[in-house]
Amino acid sequence: MLKALKPKFWDQGAGPASHRSLFNYRRLWLLVLGLMFGVSFVPLALMAGIDFSISRQAAEQETELRMSQLVSNTRRTISYFIGERVSALGFIAADNTPDELADPARLATLLELLKSSFSGFVDLGVIGADGVQLAYVGPFELAGKDYSGQEWFSATQTRGRYVSEVFQGYRGVPHLVVAVRRDLPGGTFLCVRATLDTATFNDFIGAIDLIPQGDAFIINREGVLQTPSRSHGDVLDPVNLPVPPPSTSSEVIYGLGQDGSEIVIGYAYIEGTPFVLMIVKPKTALLRAWYGTRIKLSGLLAGSVLLMVLVFIGVATVLVGRVFEADQRRATALHQAEHAGKLASIGRLAAGVAHEINNPLAIINEKAGLLLDLFTYGRECNQNPKLKGLVDSIITAVERCGAITRRLLSFARHMDVSLSEVDLPHIVHEVLGFLGKEAEYRSIAVDVMTKGEIPRFISDRGKLQQIFLNLVNNAFAAMSDGGHLTIAIRREDPDWIAVTVADDGCGIPEADLKRIFEPFFTTRKSKGGTGLGLSITYGLVQDLGGRVEVDSHVGQGTTFVIHLPLAGGKKEA
Amino acid sequence: MRVLLVDDEEELVSTLAERLGYRDIDARFATSGEDALVLARAETFDLAVLDMKMPGMGGVELKHELEILQPDMKFIFVTGHGSETDFKAGTAEAGREFYLIKPLRIDTLMDKMREALAERRQP
Repeated sequence: MLKALKPKFWDQGAGPASHRSLFNYRRLWLLVLGLMFGVSFVPLALMAGIDFSISRQAAEQETELRMSQLVSNTRRTISYFIGERVSALGFIAADNTPDELADPARLATLLELLKSSFSGFVDLGVIGADGVQLAYVGPFELAGKDYSGQEWFSATQTRGRYVSEVFQGYRGVPHLVVAVRRDLPGGTFLCVRATLDTATFNDFIGAIDLIPQGDAFIINREGVLQTPSRSHGDVLDPVNLPVPPPSTSSEVIYGLGQDGSEIVIGYAYIEGTPFVLMIVKPKTALLRAWYGTRIKLSGLLAGSVLLMVLVFIGVATVLVGRVFEADQRRATALHQAEHAGKLASIGRLAAGVAHEINNPLAIINEKAGLLLDLFTYGRECNQNPKLKGLVDSIITAVERCGAITRRLLSFARHMDVSLSEVDLPHIVHEVLGFLGKEAEYRSIAVDVMTKGEIPRFISDRGKLQQIFLNLVNNAFAAMSDGGHLTIAIRREDPDWIAVTVADDGCGIPEADLKRIFEPFFTTRKSKGGTGLGLSITYGLVQDLGGRVEVDSHVGQGTTFVIHLPLAGGKKEA
Repeated sequence: MRVLLVDDEEELVSTLAERLGYRDIDARFATSGEDALVLARAETFDLAVLDMKMPGMGGVELKHELEILQPDMKFIFVTGHGSETDFKAGTAEAGREFYLIKPLRIDTLMDKMREALAERRQP
């Protein structure tokens, strides 16, 4: 599976060091990928990070603001609630004469009035300057009680008004006390004192719109709970949070809850009272909306990153694949050019050698010829058959040399194509005519097949003859007696003719197949092969604007295909 | 038949002249274009066999000079250097049939010489 996905270039360039330095596609691929990831993911990550911190900050600020508003509003409500009752009490104290205030009946009327106008009043008492309760109305028998030693009394005496903490007293019910001072002529005073039950008080706190995990309660400055709380203890229990530092305005602080989780605490000291309002919410709950958005965005981010990774890998793979293919093609072209160049330079070298050798060869030829002439025409030497035989051998050898140098020269020389209208099947038959005797003698069966109509076309008759002569000669040499040679001529397409020369001879080993068109490459050295036939054929076919293909299997035979353009010779013209 | 042989290889040209002599051909030889012109001014020839490449005056140039001296003279080019330009020049001057590559068979040369002279007589 992974193998199938692996691109072609993956294992290229991981080979020998010489290749690695030039074409390391894997490194190129990684580089492209790294670059793409770098330029896209770094800014993306930066933006995501900045957005994260900014939006988190904004969410926190908003939370703080909302908390602060909630605390302020609640503080105002509580402040107003207590202030209202203290003012009502002050109004009663000022509006009634001391005698009226000391009258229990009057006091009872006042309590009724207070109860009907303001919630929370439980009882009402008037205390003289000596601290003894002059009159009292309420559910308890407290008339005549002496408060002179008590802290609230002296506080009321000095400050004029007083709000107590929540306490149980001997009644066993949490309540609080408010008191005002009524100054009387002669430096003396009265104290009007009322008890408020905390139920109304608690209702206020309970009415605060809170999320389920949140909590709102009041503590005194020592950290004792004044109202019940959801998770921070009951009334009059010490609260399990530190008492926040005093402040004149609403504050929001962060702290750690019982379970170690982060919490947000909003608090406010309520002026003129010992109360501290506290609203506690877990941070996670407050930031839940933000977290939700965050998760959605993160999902989106992860999705797009995944998509980008896939696209990048795809793009890099395709890109490097293209580069790889282009390089492959270039390498093939270079290889072909190199091959052609090699053939050409070998040809030039061969021609040079042939030129140099031809002159001395000509001298040998003439000298030997002269010797022969002396035998033939001269008188001084008698007809010595042995000498004559030797001279004949020299001349034969010189002729062989001459044949080789001539072929070398014709390999090297690109003679002008001499063009005329040719009939290809006719030329093939003509060539076979030269070799007909050999075929007959060796009982080689030769078939010529013509498929479709082969038009006459303009080409070089001599070259075509030489091409087919070479090919047929080679085929004969490859075949043992009784072989089959098939020549098929067919029209490939409107512009090309293909001639297939197929034998069932010994075939060419694969290692040799690449070299057969090189000059001097021969496997028949011992039988007089010069190794020039096919290289000349190659050059001739190229001259005619065609190309040669070869296919061979050892033991099965060899097939040469010559492709010739019908518009032959145009290249040279 | 009087033949002028010109080649810078004296060994070759002298031997060739001797051999042609055995075949009843009156052959004179020169080893440079200048010598050949000296000979041509003194005697008339039916045919000249010229080497394409010689130091100094080449075969083609020599042919032009000889033609001025003896317009009826026929020419055969011989070369050991089968370069493309030589081939073009040689075949253009004498025709493809009379452009021979060394080493030569004496019989071929004889045939060509007869052919060239026959051509001269016909028109």
